[in-house]
Amino acid sequence: MSILSRRGFLKGAALGGCSLAAHPLMTSMTFASAAWEQRLVVIILRGGLDGLDAVRPLGDPNFAAYRPRLLKKSKSLDLDGYFALHPGFGALMPLWSAGELAFVHAVSTPYRNKRSHFDGQDILEAGTGFDVPAGAVRDGWLNRMLQTVPGLSAQTAFSVGLDELKVLAGPAEVRNWSPSTQLELTPQSRLLLEHVYHRDPVFRDAAAEAMDLADGLRVEGDEPLSGEEAMNDMAKSAFKAAGAESLAAFAAARLREETRIAAFSINGWDTHKNQGKTIGKMTPRLSQAILRLKTELGAIWNKTTVIAMTEFGRTAAENGNAGTDHGTGGLMILAGGALSGARVFGQWPGLDEASLYQRRDLMPTGDIRAHTGWIMRDMFGIEKSALENSIFPGVDLGRNPGIIA
Amino acid sequence: MPDISTYTAIRFGTGIADNQNPASGPVEMLANLEQPDRMTDRFPTSGFADRLKMSVNLIKLRKARRKKNATEEIQARFYAQRKEIRKIAFSDTLNHAARAIYSPDGFRERLGMFWADHFTIRQRGDGYQGSQAVYVTEAIRPHIAGRFADMLRAAVTHPLMLDYLDQVVSVGPNSKFGKAKKRGLNENLAREVLELHTLGVGGPYTQKDVTQLAELFTGMTVDRQTGFKFQPNVAEPGAERVLGRKYGGWWPRMSHIEAALEDLALHPSTARHLARKLVVHFISDTPDKGMVDDVAAAYRDSEGDLMATYGALLNHPLAFQNFGQKAKRPDEFLISAVRALEIPAKSFLSLKERKAGQYFFGPMAAMGMRHQRPTGPDGWPEELDAWLSPQGLAARIQWSMAVPGQIRKPLPDANAFLKVALADAASPDLTWAVSVSETKREAIGLIFASPEFNRR
Repeated sequence: MSILSRRGFLKGAALGGCSLAAHPLMTSMTFASAAWEQRLVVIILRGGLDGLDAVRPLGDPNFAAYRPRLLKKSKSLDLDGYFALHPGFGALMPLWSAGELAFVHAVSTPYRNKRSHFDGQDILEAGTGFDVPAGAVRDGWLNRMLQTVPGLSAQTAFSVGLDELKVLAGPAEVRNWSPSTQLELTPQSRLLLEHVYHRDPVFRDAAAEAMDLADGLRVEGDEPLSGEEAMNDMAKSAFKAAGAESLAAFAAARLREETRIAAFSINGWDTHKNQGKTIGKMTPRLSQAILRLKTELGAIWNKTTVIAMTEFGRTAAENGNAGTDHGTGGLMILAGGALSGARVFGQWPGLDEASLYQRRDLMPTGDIRAHTGWIMRDMFGIEKSALENSIFPGVDLGRNPGIIA
Repeated sequence: MPDISTYTAIRFGTGIADNQNPASGPVEMLANLEQPDRMTDRFPTSGFADRLKMSVNLIKLRKARRKKNATEEIQARFYAQRKEIRKIAFSDTLNHAARAIYSPDGFRERLGMFWADHFTIRQRGDGYQGSQAVYVTEAIRPHIAGRFADMLRAAVTHPLMLDYLDQVVSVGPNSKFGKAKKRGLNENLAREVLELHTLGVGGPYTQKDVTQLAELFTGMTVDRQTGFKFQPNVAEPGAERVLGRKYGGWWPRMSHIEAALEDLALHPSTARHLARKLVVHFISDTPDKGMVDDVAAAYRDSEGDLMATYGALLNHPLAFQNFGQKAKRPDEFLISAVRALEIPAKSFLSLKERKAGQYFFGPMAAMGMRHQRPTGPDGWPEELDAWLSPQGLAARIQWSMAVPGQIRKPLPDANAFLKVALADAASPDLTWAVSVSETKREAIGLIFASPEFNRR
């Protein structure tokens, strides 16, 4: 068969239902962008951030006694006279001064008692309550938020990185990509792959999205790479790509375009021993990611809110290894020009033994979902009823804490 | 519908190779498992005892070289030790992978991968790079066809596990050592033993059980000379109560810990947890309840005998139905690809580190699996969606198109290779696409990138 006739054959096959153009994702049409101008970035901190070490309640008379080894040699940065910041977040202090940084203390999801990272993260990302067994919900709350808004384009939300992000998974279409990923195919290979995938929806949709994104992200005027070169690049950068700063930079680039919501995760907050060392390594990573977002977003930063959340806090008392074990009440970290910041939100429960949850953990006095809900309402105008019934089913929103300026 | 031997090779094995006959069915698969583990002899790794010596030496030399009066000779010895560790780590890693690639008994290899993931570790200590291969060789593979309780004990007491989940620093607060040094409990390992290794997170345990088991576990440490050691002077004195049962007395002993592990292994919740995991891993992300029940019952009735458990799994009618409900993990994908390409073992083992990174470990990271670096002790995800994301699939496609031509020269005839790699699992769509490809490279790429090669 000559090349020409083979191509002709392929063209025929393509018309039979697997053409590039026939697939809605394959076309490079411009998507209708969301009416929103605001940007939301959700960062999942996996492993259980110790909120009591990140934002230290130095004004609480009981605090110091719980943390003799952790507080030794660690310089706290005063926030409001009562709370002080971990020195690893030092680079964020200018944001605090500018009102672009805030915290919510003593918050949690409804998850209680088993203190499992994995169930804790599932519930955090599902946005569900006690009534729903872990793993029963297959979509994340950020995806359900998109489902409540008609007419959004697939570009509206971006899940960034190589790790699965359940918070954005679900029926509403979102984009998934990692800054290290490339896909260089000859037009012929592309058509043949389309044919091989066309009866398998999982492969068909994932490949279509991949090809579309790879096309869209290719820098115009650059010499196209060969498949071998692309694989080599990818192989080299795949380890580095997990770096929070590169995820932030990639997210910011999308947010400068049509994307309004981006999510990624930063792993490694589980600090059972030598917490000073681990948290000392992790806090600058999160700081740099936030600062990178600010720098790359430029003027858009004023319309941006970053929410960093974690599956649970840690024990009030340090353990026998200068670390902390899995706890309950935790911390949300908020940043962005859209904030009415320089405040530590939340209701402080106190740290005397009777005030602790099960005489062990910081008592959660607020729900992560309620605070996130108010942020989404004030930024995007999401109705209270949508928040309470579908995005965070059963949540009690309570009063508006006024996080958004 | 594919033949049973296609299922044994792809669903339960490490893929098809032209020079290996896949097992004909459950009887042969189980009979193979009764045989000795020949792959550990053919592809040996170092042992933990060697690694420990090197690690201790490395730490000693690192201290010495930082001193003001450190000689050039100390510096040289430090670099030599570091180099030796790196070389052994890489050799262990390749040998470990070679077992799965070249074994005639793919089911044993897949079970090894399954249990290694169930008892996930991640290297922490200085000088233990690539030591996952050592851990699997010592703690997992000897027990694959034995009793779960034995594997549990071997995994939970292995120095690399004690190190990974912080047991090495956990101290009974009322022990002699704990009182003198003001050290205390670390509940990391105890929690994961209950949540991940035995009962499962839905199991009938509370925070109290976690704390009590953590107290019971105190005393298990790693001695820098001898490896695992039970040290009574760091163990919490007194008995502990776990799930209502009392373990130990005033004087702490390792046998108390062993008794608790044995009971946990035989607990009905453990039977159910393991049965579900096996069915999810081998058959479907949404497991059939009846199948899970059957496997759990076999586990319970045999008191945790793994052969009986696998028998129930393999003899269930659903074991050889509905091909392709699961996605191969990136490591399984690469192993089965190298297996199908029949790269000679000698060439694979003589790969340089840079090339191995370029062809395998780098691409594997791009597919979402950073080699030996799972994010947590729960191991790698099972769900198809976790692996077949746009970015994950893009990496598989790019690997398929780019790498086979670099590692197998010349590439085989594509139409013949399709039969080798997929036997009767190849779809008409793929067969057609391969037949009209313009180049061998593209045709082989399509085979590896196809749904049928990535599913099992």
